[in-house]
Amino acid sequence: MSAAMAANAQRMAAHRRRKLVNIIALSLSLTAMAFGLVWLIWILADTVVRGIGGLSIAIFTEMTPAPNVEGGGLANAIYGSMVIVGLATLIGTPIGVLAGVYLGEYGQRTLLGNVTRFVNDILLSAPSIVIGLFIYAVIVAKTRTFSGFAGVLALALIVIPVVVRTTENMLQLIPNQLREAAYALGAPKWRVITLVTLKAARAGVVTGVLLAIARISGETAPLLFTALSNQFWSMDLSEPMANLPVTIFKFALSPFENWQKMAWTGVFLITLGVLALNIIARVMFRKKD
Amino acid sequence: MAAILPVSASEQTAEPRPPAPTPIRRDDRLGDRVFAVLTTGAALITLGLLLGILLSLVAGAIPSMREFGLSFLWTAEWDPVKERFGGLVMIYGTLVTSIIALLIAVPVSFGIAIFLTELSPGWLRRPLGTAIELLAAIPSIVYGMWGLLVFAPIFSDYLQIPLQNAFGDVPGFGALFQGPPVGIGILCASVILAIMIIPFIASVMRDVFEVTPPMLKESAYGLGATTWEVVWRIVLPYTKAGVIGGIMLGLGRALGETMAITFVIGNVNQLNSVSLFDAANSITSALANEFSEANPGSLHEASLIQLGLILFLITFVVLTASKVLLARLERAEGGRS
Repeated sequence: MSAAMAANAQRMAAHRRRKLVNIIALSLSLTAMAFGLVWLIWILADTVVRGIGGLSIAIFTEMTPAPNVEGGGLANAIYGSMVIVGLATLIGTPIGVLAGVYLGEYGQRTLLGNVTRFVNDILLSAPSIVIGLFIYAVIVAKTRTFSGFAGVLALALIVIPVVVRTTENMLQLIPNQLREAAYALGAPKWRVITLVTLKAARAGVVTGVLLAIARISGETAPLLFTALSNQFWSMDLSEPMANLPVTIFKFALSPFENWQKMAWTGVFLITLGVLALNIIARVMFRKKD
Repeated sequence: MAAILPVSASEQTAEPRPPAPTPIRRDDRLGDRVFAVLTTGAALITLGLLLGILLSLVAGAIPSMREFGLSFLWTAEWDPVKERFGGLVMIYGTLVTSIIALLIAVPVSFGIAIFLTELSPGWLRRPLGTAIELLAAIPSIVYGMWGLLVFAPIFSDYLQIPLQNAFGDVPGFGALFQGPPVGIGILCASVILAIMIIPFIASVMRDVFEVTPPMLKESAYGLGATTWEVVWRIVLPYTKAGVIGGIMLGLGRALGETMAITFVIGNVNQLNSVSLFDAANSITSALANEFSEANPGSLHEASLIQLGLILFLITFVVLTASKVLLARLERAEGGRS
């Protein structure tokens, strides 16, 4: 009798302990979630609070100022960034889409397809500063000058794996009946791909491109020894070219107050742009779902 | 990698077709050939990229490799004036910051993944998941500047100084907390890195947790298991490979992170103590700071390129491991990511 009661009490104790462990674990899980969100809110709040004050028309119309000179803007850096990011997207997207089409429509299970898929995933997470070193070695060292064009190429190389990955994934979502129906009508493969499957996957592919633009807009490391930066307005792609990330880098680490303030404004602009692109991309893709 | 098994069977029947009843127009055949060449070419470009990066780094590093040999890996001296170079300080900085970042990020990511898959009400899952993923979207230069100007001073006041007061005098262990608690340094860089890799690890963990068959979980719940027991004894063992793959992905990201580290690690080439408060250097921050100052063709430049090569090789191995592990889970699952 007492033995049974003791066993029962023991079981109850074990039950209570299990309950307790569960509650502790789940509370920790909740804390972890809160921990993650706190950083997001904290960082965003600071960029807005410190950056928004510097926002003015001059930011978009005037050149980067000298140290400790009042006024000035980021016009050359913003313009330079737009040109570099725009051209990099123009170069990287077609290559990325075509390679994605290869993986999705031609080389699903071929050796070249598997190897390319693997290499692409590595490139997707490879350190971006190494891409900068590569472009330095093949372009800058040969032409003996930092140039906007080298920066464009470096960023284009970062666009490619992102676009390849999303394009392939989107093509895989296209039901095969669609392809078969097009073939049955006598369409050749390239027409099936361009007019049917790619078209059906359009929203997804555009999403990938938007994510790629978001990714390269903030990339600084690959520009450090390719595009470098430029204090002045420069339209010449064969010369060092001003751009927002490297300008922020330089200004943020400087001891000059006006430069630091301007760096915050630049950070605000970049963060705003990148987050907006991310959210647009997500909303677009969800609609497609 | 979506499922290809059922799809490919029908694909096979669709592709090699019997001669068409109507003659194929010549421009169609030409178009087919051109298009195939174009897409294959693009795939080859992607492939060649990795090879090109590897070759150019090796070529650039040859002078340094010839001069210092393997001792480059364990020499701490870095003297551009005397042209003596060793990568130990930077390699140490890169590895230590990444490992501490993992120690912080893995438990947090695990908690977040549990929350998103088991605890969160359905309507909150998507927004919260997106919020965590947005952490990964914030450019690293923003983390860097914020880390230096906002986080480091707070970190010094509320974490470093109390830690130093509490543990600084403990023999052995206390050595970790010696040095000036000025904020920037190894520990600060590690914390910032941890925040940056949490979204990567958490979203892989969430994705793999979701592939656990509901039947397994429900059976355990039916036997009276608590939520924690289901996660710890059912979900985690089932998704082990994927979880480790996610951690490896995070590690790969941490190793290659540049701008954030450059801002907060302090960029001092020293390895005088094991203190986590001391300023140090990492491969990426050394490259970011010194590369454009090194004379083209100099031994200094070659040594920096060799550091880049070492970084590339380490991340290559880590990312490959990550991919292999994730693929293993995928295969077991029959192809879901």
